Amino acid sequence: MSKIRWDKVSLIRSSANLTKEVLKAVSLTVNKGEVYTILGPSGSGKSTLLRLINRLIEPSSGEIYLDNINIREIPVIELRRRIGLVFQQPVLFPGSVQENINYSAKIQGKNFAQAAEYLTMVGLDSELLTMEVSKLSGGQQQRVALARALANKPEVLLLDEPTSALDIQATEQLEALIVNLVKTLGLTVLWVTHNIDQAKRVGDRTMLLVDGRVIEDRVTPDFFNFPREEIAVEFLAGKLKTRGN
Amino acid sequence: MSFSALLLSLTLVLISIVISAYQKLGLEKDIITGTVRAVIQLLAMGFVLKFVFHVSDWRLTIAMLTVMILVAGQNASKRAQGMPGAFAAVITAIGGGSLVTITIMVILGIITFNPWQVIPIGGMIIGNSMVGAGVVLNRLTAEIKQKRLEIEAALALGATSRQAADGVLRAAVKAGMIPTVDSMKTLGIVQLPGMMTGLILAGADPLQAVRYQILVAFMLSATVSITCVIVGLLAYRRFFSEYHQLLDL
Repeated sequence: MSKIRWDKVSLIRSSANLTKEVLKAVSLTVNKGEVYTILGPSGSGKSTLLRLINRLIEPSSGEIYLDNINIREIPVIELRRRIGLVFQQPVLFPGSVQENINYSAKIQGKNFAQAAEYLTMVGLDSELLTMEVSKLSGGQQQRVALARALANKPEVLLLDEPTSALDIQATEQLEALIVNLVKTLGLTVLWVTHNIDQAKRVGDRTMLLVDGRVIEDRVTPDFFNFPREEIAVEFLAGKLKTRGN
Repeated sequence: MSFSALLLSLTLVLISIVISAYQKLGLEKDIITGTVRAVIQLLAMGFVLKFVFHVSDWRLTIAMLTVMILVAGQNASKRAQGMPGAFAAVITAIGGGSLVTITIMVILGIITFNPWQVIPIGGMIIGNSMVGAGVVLNRLTAEIKQKRLEIEAALALGATSRQAADGVLRAAVKAGMIPTVDSMKTLGIVQLPGMMTGLILAGADPLQAVRYQILVAFMLSATVSITCVIVGLLAYRRFFSEYHQLLDL
């Protein structure tokens, strides 16, 4: 069942002396409960693709659907609460762990103390609740960012290279945590990564995005074992250079 | 002061020109330009004020204050680094702040609405509000650029643009107000402020002059606070779309 669908979505970015087509008529479907990994060289438009779903940015043309409803017809605040986003760097607000996790509740004027529950969910000790986030390690900060996103009880989780700023051990731990949580909570996940091995491990389906175009979009084993497109073959062989405009 | 005495005081300007030449600072041209502009502008203002005070028409008084607000707005909006709508935000804020303060003082009978009170007082509060507004705009633009990801993180959690901008707005408004608040702490210690100096030079009793200066300090505190808050609340919206998206500027 389609959870998220892009229908010929394009994005053109203009600055003073340059116009760039960041996304070119992208059409995709992500099914409910799927972990959908997105691979591609830097500048291919992967992060942009995520930011379009929760309307942090607006496409130049095309439509996006959540549960077959055009996202423009859903009030934007409500849309964003149904979709969690974790950035590459842990982007936490100044203050304590608790204040970060309870941020969504606070802005809705609700007063429930469930930070401890989400902290446990991401494998951190509730002792850390009152700690200033700046004192945490990178791995801990990213877990807090994840807990903060989950506190909205979203249906969809957008992960923009969530482990790329972490060391190997923290990466493995966070990856395992996310995979486990996703299954437990029944989330639909879009996972942008530049790590081919990570995509192999976590993805139900994998897509290759190059220069704003979908090159290959297959179930993960087929993507890696039987790529159809030459660009995909080159990419997997590590031979693909980023083609600029 | 006689005109010939004022001419003789040009020797003071000569001193700064000589220092610049001797030290090879290259400022001689700027000093001369600055001196000429200051003299012409102040003389022109003197004639205008004399006329306005003589005519004593409330419409002319308001027109003068309006011109001052527009010029102040032009000056302050330059600090906004190309932010759209900065000028409109600043003149609304400075106009609003000045209007509230002057109205309160007229209603309370602290001053009367005549040109020789309202224009000098208006000038002071508009000038200080201009500086405050400029600082708010400059700081807001810089903070939004620097904290872009944090603001996006807040928006992504379902914050409105007002909620997401809360931190940067507070920092900007605070930055605008701090100079005025700080200067109140050193009033009378570090320097004798302008209003007091003018009154004493004109022969007023220092204790009377001091009362007026205290009044000015309170007025500035109120007006600058109002201006900074209004300009902040108007300006931050320019950075967001109607769908609570942070725009590329």
